[in-house]
Amino acid sequence: MKLKGADILINCLLEQGVDTIFGYPGGAVLDIYDALYRNGKIHHILTAHEQGAAHAADGYARVTGKVGVCFATSGPGATNLVTGIATAYMDSIPMVAVTGNVGLNMLGRDSFQEVDIAGITMPITKHNFIVKDVKELASTIRKAFYIASNGRKGPVLIDILKNVQTAECEYEPAKPLPPKKIAIDNGNIDRAAEIINESKKPLVMVGGGVVASRAFDELKDFAEKIDAPVTYTLMGKGALPDDERRNLGMLGMHGTVAAARALIASDCIIALGTRFSDRVALNRELFANGKKVIHVDVDNAEFNKNVNVTLSVLADVKTFLQELTPKLEGKDGEWLKTAKAADGKKDAVANVRAYDILKKAAELAPEDSPLITDVGQHQMWAAQQYPMNKPALFCSSGGLGTMGYGMGAAIGAAFGTGRLCVLVTGDGCFNMNMNELSTAVTEGVPLVILLMNNGVLGMVRQWQKIFYNRRFSQTTLHKKTDYIKFAESFGAKGILIDKNDDIGAKLKEAFDFAAHNLEPVLVDCRISEDDNVLPMIKPGAAYETQLKEMEDD
Amino acid sequence: MQSDTTKYTISALVANKSGVLTRISGLFSRRGYNIESLTVCATEDPDVSRMTVILIGDEYMLNQMIRQMDKLEDVMKIGCANELDCVYRELLLAKVNANSETRSQITLINEVYKAKVVDLSIDTMILELTGDPEKLDAYLKVIEPFGILEMQRTGVTVLARGRHTLKDRDCYGDHVN
Repeated sequence: MKLKGADILINCLLEQGVDTIFGYPGGAVLDIYDALYRNGKIHHILTAHEQGAAHAADGYARVTGKVGVCFATSGPGATNLVTGIATAYMDSIPMVAVTGNVGLNMLGRDSFQEVDIAGITMPITKHNFIVKDVKELASTIRKAFYIASNGRKGPVLIDILKNVQTAECEYEPAKPLPPKKIAIDNGNIDRAAEIINESKKPLVMVGGGVVASRAFDELKDFAEKIDAPVTYTLMGKGALPDDERRNLGMLGMHGTVAAARALIASDCIIALGTRFSDRVALNRELFANGKKVIHVDVDNAEFNKNVNVTLSVLADVKTFLQELTPKLEGKDGEWLKTAKAADGKKDAVANVRAYDILKKAAELAPEDSPLITDVGQHQMWAAQQYPMNKPALFCSSGGLGTMGYGMGAAIGAAFGTGRLCVLVTGDGCFNMNMNELSTAVTEGVPLVILLMNNGVLGMVRQWQKIFYNRRFSQTTLHKKTDYIKFAESFGAKGILIDKNDDIGAKLKEAFDFAAHNLEPVLVDCRISEDDNVLPMIKPGAAYETQLKEMEDD
Repeated sequence: MQSDTTKYTISALVANKSGVLTRISGLFSRRGYNIESLTVCATEDPDVSRMTVILIGDEYMLNQMIRQMDKLEDVMKIGCANELDCVYRELLLAKVNANSETRSQITLINEVYKAKVVDLSIDTMILELTGDPEKLDAYLKVIEPFGILEMQRTGVTVLARGRHTLKDRDCYGDHVN
């Protein structure tokens, strides 16, 4: 049948199983929005700002494993997506961003709202396309979804010129392209089995790749088989339940004492779907000092990029573990006991109110609630203290560290799961995209926002304490914002927690309200500006130097 | 730059369309790596261009660049020519001062290097030479004293000897893209 380009786009999205889109209309996408309206089969969530739409598509993709989709118009609409696309790129989140652009006859003439978004997003997308001819539209969209969701996942942008949206072309429905399986070199499986069987103290290090390949059962079986302790990077949180006895918690700059000790004591690291970022490897020469390292990843370019490894295996983690585990011998369990012993000497429990709030919130939240964080101290506290016992429900900007990620991502996670969501944010981050609270209210998103309000940019301030002799340059916010009134003016509920004794009752009120009324609740949690994130390993330092308390406090 | 630097020649078959060069050069620039020389042109298949990049760096830089380029959708095949026995060729055009006295001296040099005179005016000559880059370097040194007014080198092109072709290589893109 002959269809207009805009209708071909909607049909191709339906082919891919897209039922939810986050976006914002504008001049260069009028035809697309008209086709969306006439088709009526896709739920479009109108955000307050395109950045919110991009983060929402990201959050949606993280919790569903599907490709998140966002729409924006040309020019400023497209540039507003950029931070969201970069966030997804750094965390390898499958996303397709569709932008409109001026027609071919206007291209390159500095037309109104014209911007070279393909050029701008080149280094932050897996791939991007400019569609100039309607005949290429359907195949481009199909390819974009394939690229976004295969191999190492990531964002793909399709810039569709105005003339393509209105031009007609023959459309033939097609099934999504079949995923390509990466063939694993069998010799590598045997070598990996040999190294693990020979090791006395293997440590499993879980990264975002385990979540991306949904290898949760395989991970559990693998760790059980060799009776090894497991630690994870921020991106790997939730892949193994936090309450599972082998789980030592997070590794890295603000990782647990147990994980750090296990890393130091281990003789073999099995790194699954992780890229040894500087927030985890910290010092890339000292990180694996003399240990055997097996690195499994779908991205060939990650091998020996940051840390030199003993064996690199190009594979999807899921298939790798399926083939590896039967070849492994059981271990005696002594090593796990030693590693767990350090767990008892848990991280110095400072009097941090956020800990109590997070622990209580985790108790009150339904078991399968997604947890979304913004970026900073609250993010690290959440990663340390909020147990994730179900996989793929933790959404946090790991690689890019995008302040302002949370509100949009929470909306996306809510639509992805249809469940109540918990957002942990700070007053710095919340101020960046608080406009999206209006979206959450309009869409009736059951969302509990734990706003860790300390009046400062806590993480930056903590670094100023440690590295800049307490010169708090521009990290004190001096805002007069009344967050309760703010929430109410947006049509949400606001609750204040300013006493430790109130935590239980006020949080219960918040969760009950959000669940019953399908509305967002903002909890203004007043916390001290002097609370720190500990433990901490300084950038570039060895794991042996982990600080359990602040040196000058 | 690192102490143990080598001159690496990277060959790639890439999609012949707009934007591909930007994608590839972006991979170099974001890592602070400099492209020493770059040659790109369509091949026997009009949809495919062949690209030759010279990178001066260490093995880490080479491995990163090959693997990062291999990940690009538009890169079909990639390899490093240093691993193989290859023929390297480059073309040079150089405009030099040449009056009636120096003309014969230059012609003598040209005979040794098998260079050609492709333009001649009262006081200048344009010289053409094809060969491997080292030969061009040596030739330039000898004609430099006459005064080079302007010059252009095409950048290196390279093909492996024997039946080996870039198309036959097994690349990451074959498994994932």
